[in-house]
Amino acid sequence: MKQRINLKVNGTNHEIEVPAQRLLVDCLRYDLGLTGTKEGCSVGVCGACTVLVNGEMSASCLTLAAVLDGAEITTIEGLAQDGRLHPVQQSFIDHGGFQCGICTPGQVMAAKALLDVNANPTEQEIREWMMGNLCRCTGYYKILESIVNAIGPTQAR
Amino acid sequence: MIDFELHSPNTLAEAFSLLETYGEDARVMAGGTALVLQMKQRLAQPKHVISLRRVTGLNRIEESVNGSANGSGGLKIGALCAQQQVATSPLVKEKLPLVAETYQRVATPRIRYMASVGGGLVHGDPSQDPPPSLIALGASLTLTSARGRRVVSLEDFLIDYYETDVRPGEILTDIFIPSAPAGSGAAYLKFLPRTADDYATVAVAAVVTPGDGNRCQDVRIALGAVGTTAIHATQAEAILRGRPLTEENIRAAAFSVKEVVDPLDDYRGSAGYKREMAEVFTRRAIQQALAKAREVTGKVKG
Repeated sequence: MKQRINLKVNGTNHEIEVPAQRLLVDCLRYDLGLTGTKEGCSVGVCGACTVLVNGEMSASCLTLAAVLDGAEITTIEGLAQDGRLHPVQQSFIDHGGFQCGICTPGQVMAAKALLDVNANPTEQEIREWMMGNLCRCTGYYKILESIVNAIGPTQAR
Repeated sequence: MIDFELHSPNTLAEAFSLLETYGEDARVMAGGTALVLQMKQRLAQPKHVISLRRVTGLNRIEESVNGSANGSGGLKIGALCAQQQVATSPLVKEKLPLVAETYQRVATPRIRYMASVGGGLVHGDPSQDPPPSLIALGASLTLTSARGRRVVSLEDFLIDYYETDVRPGEILTDIFIPSAPAGSGAAYLKFLPRTADDYATVAVAAVVTPGDGNRCQDVRIALGAVGTTAIHATQAEAILRGRPLTEENIRAAAFSVKEVVDPLDDYRGSAGYKREMAEVFTRRAIQQALAKAREVTGKVKG
């Protein structure tokens, strides 16, 4: 049974028709063509599908798109502003925070969500916040370094 | 993914009406982490899903004297509070630190943002973190329906593996947690053999209230992940209550839990191993809770 919903994604309003069982990750990727969000495990554990819903981290693989009628969603595509990368994105590039890149959108979204609520986290706080974003390539060292080095520029934003 | 119809009521009254109409064909959804996963795996196949996302007023945390047997007060937590909200709430950290600490151990921050307190309790997985601590604090639940309200203790609410006492037409609306006894110390120990975001192999919550002359004035112990539900270890409590809090008595209380646990063999450990660890972690939980109680008393006296 299809429903008409309004999703505000990265500041743009989309009026779309989705069946009740459409998951947000599929809605973003297939209905809206925003393929930056990845699906890793499909059970909410790996964090690759992390997006922000009304500013808070959410597993898009476990969210029904239809319940988000009226919500504000931020995906990886929404971070860069006026052609300039978000400080977290820039820091991941500068500090080598990714290899294959499949977990990276989720890592960046989670890191951004952290800095939005805690502009100056300790390394321990970063580790605890990021524990839900798994990476098979990097061993996490460079991800951590990227986030640590993103502190500061974000404050200036 | 299964096919179903999604309903998004704006009020509890609308939700009750939908439950009345669809009965057993409907499942209520809060955060959805458990239900969406079960539907993906076809472990749940409701024809109708009733999302509570638009219902307001069920996500408050407030001080309350309602529902406490001795009127000493506690916290009332709305069933739709996000688990992260409870884990980070200054009020919860101040009044019931065991609750904040326990919710902080659930899964990952992302899951805690999505999952609700009420949804977690209704789900009834025996390995969840909150139930042992909530049972140790004597938490009770309010189930609301079109016909009125019903209050039930959490330990009575947890019936069996994924089976909880939500009756037709009912929705869990709030949880009341009494304040911990004055002078008590509490601990929640989560024994994890693998990653920190996992369920426990064994979990134990203890609230210890020392009395005069190192006697145990009161103790509450509950275990998780070692039965078909969280277990209130009343047998262990009876061994300690009113007796001196000696190493020997604590060990005897911990030993007694081996008889009341009924763990499963799984990849978190064999049944035999979990039984042994239930004893070890019960002993440690009592000891750590007691140490905390003495620390607090020391600060007060000092």
